[in-house]
Amino acid sequence: MVDVVVTGLGAVTPLGVGARALHERWVAGATGIDGGEAACTEFDPAEVLSAKEVHRADRFTQLALAAAAEALGDADLVDATPYDPGRVGCIIGTGIGGIGTIEGAHTALNERGPAKVPPLAVPLMMSNAAPAAVAMKHRLRGPVFGVVSACAAGAHAIGAAARAVEHGDADVVIAGGSEAALTPLARAAFAAMDATSSTGVSRPFDARRDGFVMGEGAGVLVLERGDRARERGATILGTLRGYGATADAHHLTAPMADGAGAAAAIAAALDDAGLTAEDVDYVNAHGTSTPLNDRAETVALKTALGEHAARVPVSSTKSAIGHLLGAAGAVEAVATVLALRDGIAPPTLGWEEQEDGMDLDYVPGTARPLANRGRKPVAISNSFGFGGHNAVLVLEAA
Amino acid sequence: MPTLTATQVEETIVKALSTMGPEPEDITRDATFEALEVDSLDLAELSQIIDDEYGVELTGDDVGRIKTVGDAVDLIVATA
Repeated sequence: MVDVVVTGLGAVTPLGVGARALHERWVAGATGIDGGEAACTEFDPAEVLSAKEVHRADRFTQLALAAAAEALGDADLVDATPYDPGRVGCIIGTGIGGIGTIEGAHTALNERGPAKVPPLAVPLMMSNAAPAAVAMKHRLRGPVFGVVSACAAGAHAIGAAARAVEHGDADVVIAGGSEAALTPLARAAFAAMDATSSTGVSRPFDARRDGFVMGEGAGVLVLERGDRARERGATILGTLRGYGATADAHHLTAPMADGAGAAAAIAAALDDAGLTAEDVDYVNAHGTSTPLNDRAETVALKTALGEHAARVPVSSTKSAIGHLLGAAGAVEAVATVLALRDGIAPPTLGWEEQEDGMDLDYVPGTARPLANRGRKPVAISNSFGFGGHNAVLVLEAA
Repeated sequence: MPTLTATQVEETIVKALSTMGPEPEDITRDATFEALEVDSLDLAELSQIIDDEYGVELTGDDVGRIKTVGDAVDLIVATA
């Protein structure tokens, strides 16, 4: 059986440019949320992309290009790569795609007529624009496509990439997620359905939570066949041990109250990894800070992990960077790989008040070392999306 | 409509194309779109800008025939 290892990481998040910035600042308790939103304020596309690349890419694609370049550099696969381009793929998820482009084009249509809709509207708005752009920039000619499953898209993309490597469709897949939806329409639409926090505070699992805080960004992992990675002397950052995906088939937006769909995905991922609940040392939760998700996820963890759930640290990256929608699962996988590398559970920022029945160890406020169990630590990273999509990754330290 | 000069049109084209990737100093009359890596999507954008600026509508056939910046300038001036 082929093992799938992580050899490169890249991220652009509200905590800064770079996977290490995300990890180090989150662990230190920094927040990327300001004024009720989490924007990538340190990201200047012109610093990392050519003028043509900037012009030909919606912001969600720009973020993905930057994260992918970092990840490929981290994996030492930029210049002298031993791989045939046809053996390298790219799978990047998004929740919405180029919504800023759609809004701009729609304004042009309404205000100036059909003849003034920009010719670049379609190629920039399409949800597969990010993987297409990454493939063109780095000449990747293996399986290249987008994945769309709302806020589970990043995790689904990583899972699909792992399957492509395991099945032999590719030796390397650049996988992740990207989102740039801090736009007037997206803000208004999420607010209209009461999904976003009216107080502008992200405090997952806290009794006072009142919705998610919108964020933007991208996360990318280089997933590689373990034998090939070792052959070329790559630095291995972690192993993607397992992947599980299920659907609630229940409601357009609400999770099942008993978390059954999510629990099934966790169980499937652990089974795929050949591990049991007791092997889990850390849970990187979906933890959106919405009333429904955080309660259902807590129930799901108790169902899937049994009594072990009470002993496992569970924290939410969204407490520090808000909800990156289709990028969330990928950015959180990046954060989880680095947390495992350092043997640390980063904190759930803002958690202070316990809600009845929500009694897991949410790692409030301050990062904490993982228990040393004399082996490589293992984590699960949960992602759930509107539509009832559940995707869970099992990651192991190198 | 006042007479359109080649110089004015060239300035507009340099300004427009330089937002699409090429360096302004490379956008000369003799420069080919191929050398500037200006493709059909860029030319479609350029056509919209020319229409906005001068009310000159270029057809797809017109745009398909031009190879250099100078060709574009001459076509626009002749069509205006």
